[in-house]
Amino acid sequence: MKRSGWLGIYAVAYLVFLYAPVVLLPLFAFNDATIIAFPLSGFTTEWFAQLATIEALHDSVINSLYIAVSTAILATCFGVFAARASSRYDFPAKRGIMGFIMIPMVLPEIIIAVALLVVLLQLGIALSAWTVILGHVLLCTPFSIAILNSAFLAMDRSLEEAAYDLGETRWSAFRLITLPLVMPGIVSSLLISFTISLDEFIIAFFLTGNEPTLPVYLWSQLRFPQKIPVVMALGTILLAASLILLTTAEYFRRRGVARTGAKDTGGFL
Amino acid sequence: MATLAARLRRWRRSEGAQGLLLVSPTLLYALLLLAAPLATIVAFSFWSQDYLTIDRSFTLENYREAWTEPLFRELMLRSLAISGAVTMVTVILAFPIAYFVSFHVAPERKALWIFLITIPFWTSYLIRVFLWKVILGYNGVLNSGLLGLGIIDEPLTFILYNANAVVITLAHAWAPFAILPIFVALEKIDRSLLEASRDLGETTVTTFLRVTLPLAMPGVVAAVLIVFIPTIGDYVTPRLVGGPNGLMIANMIQVQFMKLNNAPLGATLALSAMLIVGAISILFLWLNRRFLKVRQ
Repeated sequence: MKRSGWLGIYAVAYLVFLYAPVVLLPLFAFNDATIIAFPLSGFTTEWFAQLATIEALHDSVINSLYIAVSTAILATCFGVFAARASSRYDFPAKRGIMGFIMIPMVLPEIIIAVALLVVLLQLGIALSAWTVILGHVLLCTPFSIAILNSAFLAMDRSLEEAAYDLGETRWSAFRLITLPLVMPGIVSSLLISFTISLDEFIIAFFLTGNEPTLPVYLWSQLRFPQKIPVVMALGTILLAASLILLTTAEYFRRRGVARTGAKDTGGFL
Repeated sequence: MATLAARLRRWRRSEGAQGLLLVSPTLLYALLLLAAPLATIVAFSFWSQDYLTIDRSFTLENYREAWTEPLFRELMLRSLAISGAVTMVTVILAFPIAYFVSFHVAPERKALWIFLITIPFWTSYLIRVFLWKVILGYNGVLNSGLLGLGIIDEPLTFILYNANAVVITLAHAWAPFAILPIFVALEKIDRSLLEASRDLGETTVTTFLRVTLPLAMPGVVAAVLIVFIPTIGDYVTPRLVGGPNGLMIANMIQVQFMKLNNAPLGATLALSAMLIVGAISILFLWLNRRFLKVRQ
């Protein structure tokens, strides 16, 4: 542990840099001024009260929740198929196929967005919440696979084999043994996909029709300086919500690690 | 025929077939919603559009325009320069923190540190970028802080509404994507190798340069690619903090698609950006393999 002095100071400074914008969020959300600048002028909960009265905001939140829940479920289903296949089986062109499925992880989102937009318009499909879901599932599936892959790999395969030896069929062994063991991975994949979809802007910006998602609505509000404090209040609520979600996801991930008896290596990705 | 049918039946029970069958729903989805749309914009880049009607005759006009028009060329070069700068800043800042967590934090507290590092990135991306505008602005947090401390006499203006602001904001936004792969690579290093190096008379610094760094290179290479490739397509940050001289190629792609109704040119710009980024990435990987012997 010697010589960690300078690195330790650097690590703390780096955390300050990482947290700088996040710390400002609640400060301005409770600040009694329409201008977002220092010095702070006083405490108010007015901006939070205003949130309750904006109809367009409520619609966008409901729309976003609908999209995020659908995306989480679909992406996790696709993730289970692909992660199970890649962790358990050897099949032809495995590297190529898995690499191709994982592409959206590195592809700029704008490329996915314009490519889908062009196809949907050509096919004459009207833009709606479902067109956003199509794009979000594509984006979230690789993250789901990454999480589920480690869950499937961490599982001791002899447990499955024991189930076969004891007379279970492939399906019943999967349902009774494998699924409960990877359940924490599934929960954390659902939560991560949900969070990614809820926050995704570019794909939603291109593919949403007349019903904006929450980030698309936020984007339209950032142009009006007088609306900013309300946006800050909303951001604070979102921050609190995602903290709760992530802590839950981390809890399930750790429980999963403990359940399969592996060593905790930390991190979602 | 009988043998063929039997062979087919046998194949269907084989491990390869079962794996393929299992992966097929996901693969099919990716083919329909990724491969087909990408193929469509490739086709679009060779077509032209007059208001709302698409002319499907083959033309290279879009490519000529995208590659020779000074405005597009400037946006493309600026996007590459910004992405390159963001990648360098992000990875160089990320390495020490990944090294710190991997080598100086007690094993049972590593997960907590990684969790701490990733938390800020689960707040709304739009709001985070907007808050950088608040920090870097003329009357912003940084300027008022520095003025209050008497370090500067008048507000700094080179930090908002230009390329610098875009680099700072993106370096923040992509930090965990650089830290995590480097951290994973550092974690994989067998600690006894470092001891062996010390026993053979290397100093701490030469051990780092000759053992730790080369072994961590796959993580660094992954971090570079993970940051460099997507940042070229960032739309929000240049729009919010870039000002007129900080706009990037994604902003032009959006204008072509949504404002000017010129999907073919938009598609060409998007594909050109991807081709250039792809070529640079492959060159980067090749150079690493050739000269540093890095294997992924």
